[in-house]
Amino acid sequence: MTDSPAPQRRITIDPLTRIEGHARITIDLDARGSVQRARLHVSEFRGFEAFCVGRPFTEMAAITARICGICPVSHLLTAAATGDRILAVTIPPAAERLRRLMNLAQILQSHALSFFHLSSPDLLLGWDSDPERRNLFGLIAADPELARAGIGLRQFGQELIAALGGRRIHPAWAVPGGVRSALNGEQRQGIRAGLPQAFASVELGLALFKRLLDERLREELAVFGDFASPFLALVDATGQWEHYGGSLGVAGCGGGIRVMASDGSLLADGLDGTAMETLLAEAVEPWSYLKFPYLRALGPEAGSYRVGPLARLNLCRRIGSPRADRELLELRQRGGRVVTASFLYHLARLIEMLACLEQIERLLDDPLITSTQLRAHAGVNAREGVAVNEAPRGTLFHHYRVDGDGLIEAVNLIIATGQNNAAMNRTITQIARHYLGRGQLSEGLLNRIEAGIRCFDPCLSCSTHAAGMMPLLVQLRGADGALLDEQRRD
Amino acid sequence: MNVCSLRIDDRALTVAAGTSLLLAARRAGIVIPSLCHLDGLTPVGACRLCLVEVDTAGPLAACVTAAAEGMRVRTDTPLLRDIRRSLVEMLFSEGNHTCAVCIADGDCELQTMALRVGMDHNRLPGRFPSRTVDLSHPLFGLDHNRCILCTRCVRVCDEVEGAHVWDVGWRGERCRIIAGLDQPWGAVDSCSHCGKCVEVCPTGALFHKGSCGGDHPSHPERLAALLRGRRRQEGPP
Repeated sequence: MTDSPAPQRRITIDPLTRIEGHARITIDLDARGSVQRARLHVSEFRGFEAFCVGRPFTEMAAITARICGICPVSHLLTAAATGDRILAVTIPPAAERLRRLMNLAQILQSHALSFFHLSSPDLLLGWDSDPERRNLFGLIAADPELARAGIGLRQFGQELIAALGGRRIHPAWAVPGGVRSALNGEQRQGIRAGLPQAFASVELGLALFKRLLDERLREELAVFGDFASPFLALVDATGQWEHYGGSLGVAGCGGGIRVMASDGSLLADGLDGTAMETLLAEAVEPWSYLKFPYLRALGPEAGSYRVGPLARLNLCRRIGSPRADRELLELRQRGGRVVTASFLYHLARLIEMLACLEQIERLLDDPLITSTQLRAHAGVNAREGVAVNEAPRGTLFHHYRVDGDGLIEAVNLIIATGQNNAAMNRTITQIARHYLGRGQLSEGLLNRIEAGIRCFDPCLSCSTHAAGMMPLLVQLRGADGALLDEQRRD
Repeated sequence: MNVCSLRIDDRALTVAAGTSLLLAARRAGIVIPSLCHLDGLTPVGACRLCLVEVDTAGPLAACVTAAAEGMRVRTDTPLLRDIRRSLVEMLFSEGNHTCAVCIADGDCELQTMALRVGMDHNRLPGRFPSRTVDLSHPLFGLDHNRCILCTRCVRVCDEVEGAHVWDVGWRGERCRIIAGLDQPWGAVDSCSHCGKCVEVCPTGALFHKGSCGGDHPSHPERLAALLRGRRRQEGPP
């Protein structure tokens, strides 16, 4: 992220649309009109890491769930799992299954929002179509069946979350030590009844997207962020796809955080959340509130990695359910064993929706799922806890330190979107260089750059947290513009 | 028995002399809003929500004003409605009441009162004071951010349990509930761990340790049942 000479011309896309949160993109051109660099500026700031200090750790699930209205469940479950570490308990098996069920519902509904509502208007109507119609309403007009499928999938996921937690958004349900309430037989039947339609909706999206990939989205594969980088995600004890890391570090659980280079070589494997500080470091840049996590051993440039649906599918040996595994095989036929094309995040999202539905079906058949032994009670038995889960957008870390009474002393949240920050900047630079290099600036071209960001489905409201560590760069320049002195606070 | 006759909201009634206007109104089927009052505890007039208009004087707190012969009382006027909403707004503004993440969300007397007085938003800016949470007790916690200084805990501990753990310390904006002359709660030997203070707390200020959103254990109605049981035991065989 080294600074380049001052640009001759700057193109700004503000606001960036159809993403979660607020951001803008700047594209700097040099004197010859070539793209010097493109940057994603995240312009909102939250501060959860600061104002959680002094609160009881038992409240962290309720507080951090408020980080986001799209994926509150991810924070809820990860905060509760961090609380499990502070209690130093193993949660009841039924509670783990129920937490898994809610996380699957969360990933499903969030992916449905990303693909069907936010991205498919571009994919279906075209990059250069009328921006007045290139939105959800345009999609409803053009392909009501597809729009209905997306809405139905979100509804299925949200209703499953509500059946477990009592409400669709911000359910105060997962608690340190387990969960608060069980799933009853009637609710189980209700969810099961919605599965066939949900499977059909995902298959509809998959068939459409694969057809578009074969017909008119070939160029995008090479241009929308295709580059080598490490990938980071959870895998289970047998190397299969995993989304819940709540039990990591518990004896006999196995599995863990895996990091793989794009040539398929393993950089790290079998780690639990406590390895976070050894494995990762965070860089800051003065032009964005979003930090840049990287693999400490490789440094900020080579160590910038990707997380999320594509990372999870790249890193797992297989998914572990037949329909999703068939699609995974096809994904690898398209993109290689380790898929580097960020445009295929969309396909990975669809495959994961299938995996979520298959795993939901399996969990509903588990007799333990209606058990009422759901919560382990204990006091503060550890002063520090780290938990890691897979959120829809990637790997989510919560790390708390508490005093002897259980009051929070320090919080560190590493959010999926932050981990894709460097990749998003590389992606928009790649897109800008490719299309702006051809000459005329157009609205459709800028939309492609925005769509590069949408591949990663960033959730910016989740991702900017640290306080007291605001990146700051003060430069002292002489009258001739020469840099005399510079102070940086990272 | 000395009795007196009065009119409350144009309803004529006769009550025993010394009966508070709050209880007299209740006999007439009129429920006057209050937060600090709890049957079985000495009334203190702390929250002022039970203000009523009395023809012989300005607004008076009904919980600490005795009924008197010929008194004419109005419990629901535009002035009183405005005062009550303003009082609740001031309570919200003065502390840090974030219902969304509070353990008492959905089971909180302050929250219910805000709805009752029509507080659809707060016209006053929040003060956002820096307050602490005391988790030093093995069973219970105290979050000063949510305390409205109703003193129910102070009174129940002194008058019912007899332990007198709680007092009100400091003055003005620094005013807060203190345990054992301002020690961490867990360090106060006189606390019998009975939990009555937690039961009567109208908000989420006092809570069972480890409770999370939706776990609120407050049951102020249990106090009346407890006192009835004690009276039965103390009465003639």
